[in-house]
Amino acid sequence: MNIMNPNATRPGKLLGNGMTLKQFRDGILERTAKSGHYNGLDRLELRESDPIRYEKLFSKLRGGLVHARETAKKIAASPIVEQEGELCFTLYNPAGDCVLTSTGIIIHVGTMGAAIKYMIENDWESNPGINPGDMFTNNDCSIGNVHPCDIATIVPIFAQGKLVGWVGGVTHVIDTGSISPGSMSTGQVSRFGDGYMITCRKTGVNDVPLRDWLHESQRSIRTPKYWILDERTRIAGCHMVRALVEEVIEEEGLEAFEKFAYEVIEEGRRGLQNRIKAMTIPGKYRTVAFVDVPYAHPDIQTPSEYAKIDTIMHSPCEMTVRADGSWKLDFEGASRWGWHSYNANQVAFTSGIWVMMTQTLVPTQRINDGAYYGTEFRLPKGTWMNPDDRRTGHAYAWHFLVSGWSALWRALSHGYFSRGYLEEVNAGNANTANWLQGGGINQEGEVHAVNSFESAACGTGACAIKDGLNHAAAIWNPEGDMGDIEIWEMAEPLLYLGRNVKANSGGYGKYRGGCGFETLRMVWKAKDWTMYFMGNGYMNSDWGLMGGYPSATGYRFEAHKTGLKDRIATNDSLPLGADLNPSAYAYEKHIDATARVKRDKQAMTTEKCFEDYDLYLNYLRGGPGFGDPLDRDPEAIANDLNQGFLLPEYARKVYGAVLTQNEKGVWSVDAEKTKTRRAEIRKERLRRAVPVKTWLRDERERIVTKHASLPVRHMYATSFGLSKKFYAEFKKFWDLPADWELTEDELGVPSYGSRYRMDLSKLPDVHPVVLVEE
Amino acid sequence: MATTYTKEQIEKLIDGRLDWDTVFRMLAMPKDPERFELYVGVLQERLGWKDKIILPLGPHLYIVQTAADKRWVIKCDCGHEFCDYRQNWKMHAVIYVRDTEEALTEIYPKLMAPDPAWQVYREYYCPECGTLHDVEAPTPWYPVIHDFEPDIEAFYKEWLGLPVPERAAA
Repeated sequence: MNIMNPNATRPGKLLGNGMTLKQFRDGILERTAKSGHYNGLDRLELRESDPIRYEKLFSKLRGGLVHARETAKKIAASPIVEQEGELCFTLYNPAGDCVLTSTGIIIHVGTMGAAIKYMIENDWESNPGINPGDMFTNNDCSIGNVHPCDIATIVPIFAQGKLVGWVGGVTHVIDTGSISPGSMSTGQVSRFGDGYMITCRKTGVNDVPLRDWLHESQRSIRTPKYWILDERTRIAGCHMVRALVEEVIEEEGLEAFEKFAYEVIEEGRRGLQNRIKAMTIPGKYRTVAFVDVPYAHPDIQTPSEYAKIDTIMHSPCEMTVRADGSWKLDFEGASRWGWHSYNANQVAFTSGIWVMMTQTLVPTQRINDGAYYGTEFRLPKGTWMNPDDRRTGHAYAWHFLVSGWSALWRALSHGYFSRGYLEEVNAGNANTANWLQGGGINQEGEVHAVNSFESAACGTGACAIKDGLNHAAAIWNPEGDMGDIEIWEMAEPLLYLGRNVKANSGGYGKYRGGCGFETLRMVWKAKDWTMYFMGNGYMNSDWGLMGGYPSATGYRFEAHKTGLKDRIATNDSLPLGADLNPSAYAYEKHIDATARVKRDKQAMTTEKCFEDYDLYLNYLRGGPGFGDPLDRDPEAIANDLNQGFLLPEYARKVYGAVLTQNEKGVWSVDAEKTKTRRAEIRKERLRRAVPVKTWLRDERERIVTKHASLPVRHMYATSFGLSKKFYAEFKKFWDLPADWELTEDELGVPSYGSRYRMDLSKLPDVHPVVLVEE
Repeated sequence: MATTYTKEQIEKLIDGRLDWDTVFRMLAMPKDPERFELYVGVLQERLGWKDKIILPLGPHLYIVQTAADKRWVIKCDCGHEFCDYRQNWKMHAVIYVRDTEEALTEIYPKLMAPDPAWQVYREYYCPECGTLHDVEAPTPWYPVIHDFEPDIEAFYKEWLGLPVPERAAA
């Protein structure tokens, strides 16, 4: 306990209207549910009566939020914040609903709002109290945070003696003291290995961080230098926004500010509905996504036997767009949460969707909770995106969040395509991996952790009128940037031996997905050093669209005892640049023949020992393709070949290109011969294909006899276990015998969690915030 | 106010040849509600069909109203008729499933291709012309996905204010 609020014994003093914060929020929810308009606002009084003033308020507040982000990030030393822009600042009304936000990692519009709502629902008002000058810190994933490394500072804003709002600032820190160094670790099987977890704790009073907090937090993580400066970044930004609000209230009056803080949310809700009607087509859209969890492999070391299984995460979605412009996203049939760190809280899932939607359906500066109120989410309880157990790990929730959203691009793009808005069509987004992480003693002799954010520049999905962008973006941060080599070399004891576009990584199509890139890193001046890989390997997690192919899967390359020290000393050849064709083993030709090399599809590992002169390939994925590859312009194929984006073998096999290469090595594609070859390929397709109904018969037989790998069966068993509807529809589609079933019990692997679970709500005096239909 | 575009600009958009400044304007400005009619008009002209396009579904796939008997059907641009517009056209296609390492490494180098024990590629072709209309990439056993069931009546009548084309009873 820090400081008791003098208002604690006098409920209603905080808002000055006789109501507690909870009563106030309940009123908003009731008026919204009853009227269909946020807070019952069927009229936007301020906006309608004084639109110029309304816009002035918007511009000042939005501009101030962006300004706070741009200024505060210069305080940070972490390249994740300073280079990649992994931060944002958001303004909330007293009920914790987002009014406006800055640029940056805007998933936290919802996550910080959920933290405020948690404080409201659990009576923080009376204990520990909410006073001017207070600071609260949260990174608790069971409240709504995406993963523990997103640390939020939340500051209440008071004016004229009452609470008028909140400001939240979040940064993605380099380390959270989890089981492994790096902020999004693997190997832990539950929350208890995810690292330092802070639950809306009061960490500052009178604008000063408390000393017990400072001492405890800095020794709970591996990288205190970055941690301290990240916190100062958040505090500075929050205080800038608080001062801005005070200034706006001084100039425009409290009444106008308060009206704005609710009307702008209703405006956001209406804006979403209008955009849905303006851009999509009413109807039902169905889509699905998967990602691999290959935990049986010896290079995944968990402390718990029951976690050592291969499984697949499953995310089906039925999107219903109604004639009135309202919509519902239903994830019935999703697989159960698991004993890994890839689970997601319901708020992380829903709020994250807005990061994606701001890049397509609602590309507006007025990002707030209006879009949330305009959307019906159904996330069945017990699924990976809405766990029903308080033990779940979330450190790398992004492993599947990025894949789940890729499926939503496809759904929306069906609507855009049919309507003729071809410029909006996007086949999907890359799985934003690999994540290079690890730690030990760095080149400065300090305990250190690394979390490379080169993944902020993966390939984007193809459009219906052009290729995806190469090494350009990440779905979770619209301002994606790979960062400068020189900065990464200062932050990590890893020298660059190459940074190249990754050939063949973008999905093929009439328009191909953007290629990812790859960097070859050599360990240099590190001690007691570890690294690990994190990404998809056995599966690609995004599909192509309308005939386009999915992007390539991941793989790993690491090499130890390379002999590079001697090779450098003797001016011998070195492994430099791209791993152009991973089947050619090119790097291995420039290291000792006795080197220990791991080159395989196990793209997910736990901490492995690395020494100086060891190698690590960081391969960032490409995006999916659009349209039949046989429709691709021959000139575009030649261009890809000449830039090293495509291997000739696949230009021939997938695109049907007839190639020639001149004496200077320049490729060209013979358009006429290609046309002839493509006609042959179409005939070859028909020769090898069978009617779908014939294939269905054979596939049904494989299901009846349960012929599939363990991860596939495990995935279905957990989905069937949670969803009678999905199970019934599956049986109906395949016309399976009435007694056909598939349960976890029959798989011969531990099924911990399949029967016995304990939800957070079962803890005494805990009232979780539920923001979706479960 | 939405910007408006010419027929020539929409033709270039469909062909992927529209200048970036105009594409950027299309992305940044409010949408032009008349786009659908312009777009369908261009496609109709190019196909030279008597059948009327009701809704484009893909680069070579359409829901059309048959000229002869006003049925709404899904049709490939080669002329092949798949099925009634309410059905899943994929069930009436021909399919090639890449579920072996050999078949998947035709598409990607071995380390960049999925492992068929985890994931397969299901390629749906037009039975007549061999156009690849869709690639699904699910786990084995996954039901064929019915991607899109548009509410065409509401779209025409309520969203665009257009008369709903005649439809013969199924």
